[in-house]
Amino acid sequence: MKVLVPVKRVIDYNVKVRVKPDQTGVDLANVKMSMNPFCEIAVEEAVRLKEKGVATEVVIVSIGPAQAQETIRTALAMGGDRGVLITTDADPEPLAVAKLLAAVVAEEKPDLVLMGKQAIDGDNNAVGQMLSALLGWPQATYASAIEVSGQAAKVTREVDGGLQTLDVDLPAVVTADLRLNEPRYASLPNIMKAKKKEIAQKTVADYGVDVAPRLKVLKVVEPAKRSAGVKLETAADLVSKLKTAGVL
Amino acid sequence: MAVLVVADNDNAHLRDGTHKTVTAALKLSSDVDVLVLGKGAKAVADAAAKITGVRKVLLAESDALGHGVAEAEADAVLALAGNYDAILVPATAGGKNFAPRVAAKLDVAPISEIVEVVSADTFTRPIYAGNALETVQTSDAKKVITVRPTAFAAAEEGGSAPVETVSGADAGKTRFVSEEMVKSDRPELAAAKIVVSGGRAMGSAEEFQKVIEPLADKLGAAVGASRAAVDAGYAPNDYQVGQTGKVVAPSLYIAIGISGAIQHLAGMKDSKIIVAINKDSDAPIFQIADYGLVADYKSAVPELMDALTAAGK
Repeated sequence: MKVLVPVKRVIDYNVKVRVKPDQTGVDLANVKMSMNPFCEIAVEEAVRLKEKGVATEVVIVSIGPAQAQETIRTALAMGGDRGVLITTDADPEPLAVAKLLAAVVAEEKPDLVLMGKQAIDGDNNAVGQMLSALLGWPQATYASAIEVSGQAAKVTREVDGGLQTLDVDLPAVVTADLRLNEPRYASLPNIMKAKKKEIAQKTVADYGVDVAPRLKVLKVVEPAKRSAGVKLETAADLVSKLKTAGVL
Repeated sequence: MAVLVVADNDNAHLRDGTHKTVTAALKLSSDVDVLVLGKGAKAVADAAAKITGVRKVLLAESDALGHGVAEAEADAVLALAGNYDAILVPATAGGKNFAPRVAAKLDVAPISEIVEVVSADTFTRPIYAGNALETVQTSDAKKVITVRPTAFAAAEEGGSAPVETVSGADAGKTRFVSEEMVKSDRPELAAAKIVVSGGRAMGSAEEFQKVIEPLADKLGAAVGASRAAVDAGYAPNDYQVGQTGKVVAPSLYIAIGISGAIQHLAGMKDSKIIVAINKDSDAPIFQIADYGLVADYKSAVPELMDALTAAGK
């Protein structure tokens, strides 16, 4: 079984995001970038499927600037077999990403697309669902457990108020939630090995997909700042303040 | 321009995310219909009919819709999409599960988790876990939007819209197996009016349960945790509030023994009132807290429990 894992290069989750003074976006210059945490979980799960003998090949794909190559290398060091880098200077919207991934799927013919439930930059939580809809494949989002048996996968999902288990025919799109696993750190030998793994170099134009944006970003601003409030002496003071504020 | 709101429901109850999404929809149009997807959900449709400002309620039922299978939900919405200029869905886990499918099938860009309707084609939404707000204008003729319920007031009740039955939809190549809902008397974390969260300072899972849970129960609050507390095994993963966990915006958020890493602040800084209890007076959490108690939680939480009792809670 072949598994395709799309990964995204984003601002590291520990970095304090700064909005550009001209309100055109978020400042990405000289900021630490990493693999989106949910993508990392998806890579880990795919590698575990391979280690269990369920998956035979794990292909990593990323769409982004040339530096997204580093993100693919990270995934290859975790255990991915090879990569596909689709370079673009634009920041494609989820619809365009889903269309590009659908084109990659047509080429690679995986049995399973395993990806993060959302990227922590755009926070859209949309690409997996859209890819599934475009392909006409079943979807199982927010996975906290995946069990592949034959031509189907049983997926436990994090839903409002609990867990739901679905059985989906393969091929399918599954998106990873936090509890699915804890991603490994790549070992030094594996990082060295990953440098030799193949990464196919593509551009958006190679896929003949319309990636023109549908949304125009008018402005990006910082949310209203909260200012520090008051430090109180006693718990009784706190309760009286909260009563006055009407939140108790 | 007519707008379709898809109701947030569990087949038996209409959730107030629906009322809040109706508020957002009424900013776009006065022709707002509500679609109830479920199974045996007539009571939900009747409840939706009472929301003020709703023109009519459509009820689509099938087994797959009763289990919230995305393929069926998207198909049921798509069957009606021709009649509407915008489709608004509450940004719950269930809503976010199927709304992007609808957008993909209609070949439009979904607009996720809006917190403000600026105009009929312009919306504001949080990005980077709420550390920035993006205002976007769509060029798509039809709009598919998820609405963050905590950002809108609930529409009132008092209407009596007609209820019509429309066709259901099936699950395709997906089969529902089982469902395991957490049976808790506590409110759901993402929807709770009050959240009590504990951090790494708790030191153990036993201590977390002993300190955080009784206070939460006294306040009728949901329980949250910082990533540090979850990573250390003091609290289950679904308690996690933060950039990679749940984003909450309750009326009152009480952070106990939480230092206030960026990761955590991103998940709770839109709360109306934030209270921090931490013995380190330099903890970053105090920079955003409305009220702070610089104290060891070991003494402060029992005192707070007593003060609440004294205040009649």
